[in-house]
Amino acid sequence: MASDPPVQVRPETSAAPASAGVVLDDVAIQRALVRIAHEIVERNDELARLYLVGIPNGGVPLARQIAQNLREVAGIEVTVGVLDTTLYRDDRLMRGIRPRLRRTEMPSAVDDRLVILVDDVASTGRTIRAAMDALMDFGRPRAVQVVALVDRGHRELPIKIDYVGKNIPTQRSDHVELRARAGGVGMEVVLMQGKGAPS
Amino acid sequence: MMERGLLSIEDLDREDIELILDTAFHMKEVGRREVKKVPTLRGRTIINLFFESSTRTRTSFEIAGKRLSADVVNFSPSASSLTKRESILDTAKTLDAMDPDAVVIRHEVAGVPKQIADQLTAPVINAGDGAHEHPTQALLDLMTVVEEKGRIDGLTVTIIGDITHSRVARSNIYAFTKMGAEVRVAGPPTMLPAQVESLGVKAFRSLREALDGADVVMALRIQLERLTGSLFPSVREYSATFGLDRAKLRFAKDDAIVMHPGPVNRGVELSHDLANRRPSVILDQVRNGVALRMAVLYLLAGQKRGAEEER
Repeated sequence: MASDPPVQVRPETSAAPASAGVVLDDVAIQRALVRIAHEIVERNDELARLYLVGIPNGGVPLARQIAQNLREVAGIEVTVGVLDTTLYRDDRLMRGIRPRLRRTEMPSAVDDRLVILVDDVASTGRTIRAAMDALMDFGRPRAVQVVALVDRGHRELPIKIDYVGKNIPTQRSDHVELRARAGGVGMEVVLMQGKGAPS
Repeated sequence: MMERGLLSIEDLDREDIELILDTAFHMKEVGRREVKKVPTLRGRTIINLFFESSTRTRTSFEIAGKRLSADVVNFSPSASSLTKRESILDTAKTLDAMDPDAVVIRHEVAGVPKQIADQLTAPVINAGDGAHEHPTQALLDLMTVVEEKGRIDGLTVTIIGDITHSRVARSNIYAFTKMGAEVRVAGPPTMLPAQVESLGVKAFRSLREALDGADVVMALRIQLERLTGSLFPSVREYSATFGLDRAKLRFAKDDAIVMHPGPVNRGVELSHDLANRRPSVILDQVRNGVALRMAVLYLLAGQKRGAEEER
């Protein structure tokens, strides 16, 4: 199916299929998030008005972690928001699919801010497009950049990811998911081959 | 359950209700944005078909549809060919040929929305039919109580007034009992249906007993046009016995909230003072009504067409 697999951070309750493999463990994820924080500092002159916006569910803990890393790396306080894109997903909505809504919490205005959208797995680019549309309804940012922990390819829109944790080549039918590790400590990214993207 | 529309609360199960409420709370956030509009139902058409006048409910549905970017068309009998004796079903079929994605219907006769729904391909939302049901009102009432109390399960809810003729009471009885509340009804004997306890509620003729320990007190609107009948002797007597004021409210829990579906007959069902201020939450009910109707339209409008394309 030609859309992003919905990626959720959720406790590992059901047994993973046999073909599931961890492609990014917690150590690698944390290392990538530190590197991304450094890259954000390198690439932007004005960090005072930085606003990190996590896309639920996976993007939210990642945005929080990057904000903490920025505090440690550059000593700056960063606003963190949560932005659900479901109501802007015309691709799914036009097919009559009605996903459950997730929370949106934008604690302050985005006008004239450097907004960095944070997603866990980037693929078609449709989530990012929807997030940009949603963002514009909250004001006029000075600039928008994008973080994805994993870029799995299969882009369908002219969307560029500014900060990538790891590029992972996949089949279109694969399913890539960020989830909480068993026991609830840390996160991992798993790839399930041929599982298909549930809609 | 919700596949063909929302005709009654009786048809819903707890899971349906929880999905609608969860969606409604998210929709409420949209109403707090600077741009109170999302593109979700762009290109969808919603017809508001109101055979019985109701500015408040119709406006609420209209705002809800517009906040989701749907095209909302209002169709009311005075402006339509119904005056030319076109039958209700003919009207429904004509509307259906215009390909709406949802039709919102209010009618003074119980069961008409269901009858029309059977003829339409679009999902139908019942916006009140006779003394039968008013599902979106009950859902917005649940939403308001969840907001105030954090839960429904285990609460005591007292509904006061003309239970027999009230679709609001009926829908709320189903809604609150399904969600685990204890529901009590109170009113003059002529206003309590004989078989009301078969709906799982306790009936009271004494307001004081009905209010004892209540978390939520819901006053129904008295239809003043019915007063000429024999339901009760006078407005003054009703108001003295069942009209809610701060003195009577003391029988309920200290933190009880007061609800009313509006419009209030001030000094009849509720004292002026209660109608205006906490613990009454009447304007919160209105505000939640828009979010709740957005949720219902989101879940229903355009569903069917999508399902066909999926195949």
